[in-house]
Amino acid sequence: MWLWGSTLRGGRPSSGSIKSTLAVVPIAELATRSCLGQDLERLRGRCAVLLLADQLTAALALLELDGVARRVVLCTPDLAEEYVPEVIRESEADAIVGDSHTVHLSRHGIGIAVQPTATPSFEISGRRQSVDTEWVLLTSGTTGAPKLVLHTLASLTSALADATPGSDTVVWSTFYDIRRYGGLQIFLRALRAGSMVLSAQGEPVVEFIVRAGRSGVTHISGTASHWRGVLMSGAALSMAPRYIRLSGEIADQGVLDGLHAAFPTAEIEHAFASTEAGVAFEVADRKAGFPAEFLDAPVHHVDLKIEDGTLRIRSPGNALRYLGASAPAIRGPDGFVDTGDRLELNEGRYTFVGRSGGVINVGGLKVYPEEVETIINTHPWVRISRVRARRNAITGAVVTAEIVLKPDVQSSGQCPDQESLRRQIIDQCRGVLPAYKVPALIQFVESLEISAAGKLVRANA
Amino acid sequence: MSVRSTIASLFQEVADQQHRKLAPLSDDLKLLQSGLDSLSFALIVARLEDSLGFDPFDAVERFPVTFGDFVKLYEAPSG
Repeated sequence: MWLWGSTLRGGRPSSGSIKSTLAVVPIAELATRSCLGQDLERLRGRCAVLLLADQLTAALALLELDGVARRVVLCTPDLAEEYVPEVIRESEADAIVGDSHTVHLSRHGIGIAVQPTATPSFEISGRRQSVDTEWVLLTSGTTGAPKLVLHTLASLTSALADATPGSDTVVWSTFYDIRRYGGLQIFLRALRAGSMVLSAQGEPVVEFIVRAGRSGVTHISGTASHWRGVLMSGAALSMAPRYIRLSGEIADQGVLDGLHAAFPTAEIEHAFASTEAGVAFEVADRKAGFPAEFLDAPVHHVDLKIEDGTLRIRSPGNALRYLGASAPAIRGPDGFVDTGDRLELNEGRYTFVGRSGGVINVGGLKVYPEEVETIINTHPWVRISRVRARRNAITGAVVTAEIVLKPDVQSSGQCPDQESLRRQIIDQCRGVLPAYKVPALIQFVESLEISAAGKLVRANA
Repeated sequence: MSVRSTIASLFQEVADQQHRKLAPLSDDLKLLQSGLDSLSFALIVARLEDSLGFDPFDAVERFPVTFGDFVKLYEAPSG
């Protein structure tokens, strides 16, 4: 199995294309042209880290490198440079596929640094698969450093295995970057049949919707937060999708109803997937949650179960493992991946009620409470803090913090009023954390519950 | 303070905090053209829930598109 091969129909390349804000590349053009040219052979058998700002270049590089490189590591453009050496080390990379901004990172002990052209500009005589390439996706970790998740093309496409390929008239798009699991799923679907319209980093939602409409997008995916943005844009009708997909975040009834009202003829599905567990299921009845029968009727060989209140998934779509010397196991001894998503059963339907371990999902982006608490706790007047999720109608959840101040400071009379302190702490967080991790609300409390094991008690919410 | 002025001052406060330039607020100003992003709206909705005691998005029939729509959601919580 290889990616270029999956685009061929009876030996002939797909008639689709990949489109960005800057260029359109017909997939068939890659049969005889390349962005990497002779460098492609230099990358054969190597482990290549993709450090590219432009999504189209990354898409084309993936098509070229699968089956050639032993391993490809898909770095998202927001990966902080400080984490690059760790990614290189843990993935055992020996090559960088970068651009003018990142190619210097090869100083971290890398033998080869290659810069692909933005569109295929070198002639090649053909393509040859020599390995089953391993794919490494990055996902956020407790400390802010990314976790490296190992997949294969087979695991990434397992949810597509039994699906009938769509028609070539399908035009896919996604609000996601295709280097994240949710976006990659859409890109892989588009390569099987149809075309792909890529989003652009920082592109305002209205411009993206208008561009999607003009490009004739028929199938489009995003998180519930992306879709709430569409509904609040006043420009939803600039596009006319036949199929709307929600993933990466809990789809509540409000957003499902809103989408149905705005796009009454579109098929609306919400999917459950995670980088580690893969795609588990799709729900097409436009109702939040999923029917309890899903647990007893595996689809695409996906086994589901609930243990200790959280959803567990065992499927060919599961990631193989985390990379890195001290990495924990992805699957339990029974082969199931614990998604950490807690469920509640009501009248034959499961709904998602939060995450174990207190992980917060802000508009599809994970926030680990410990990372935020560590920053808050460095404030000289803070004794201890607890960070948790608060449900939010716009981004699904926001980060809130409860803080216990040092008692001697409070009695010394030197402590500023709570409002100034709140500002100081928020400014401190803002200095080091991306905006979605900064607490939206701060509450000062007398004490926080500590368990017998000496740990903060985290209410599951 | 009226609901409208509470909301308006919160828009300004969050814009300042997020280092964003807020467009002059009027009823027909599109929310996505106000200069705020979705995280800013998330902060506004969370803080309004604290100060006004309810979240109209719980029973929203139509998502607000303009500033006027947004204010109306809070002025007429029953929808």
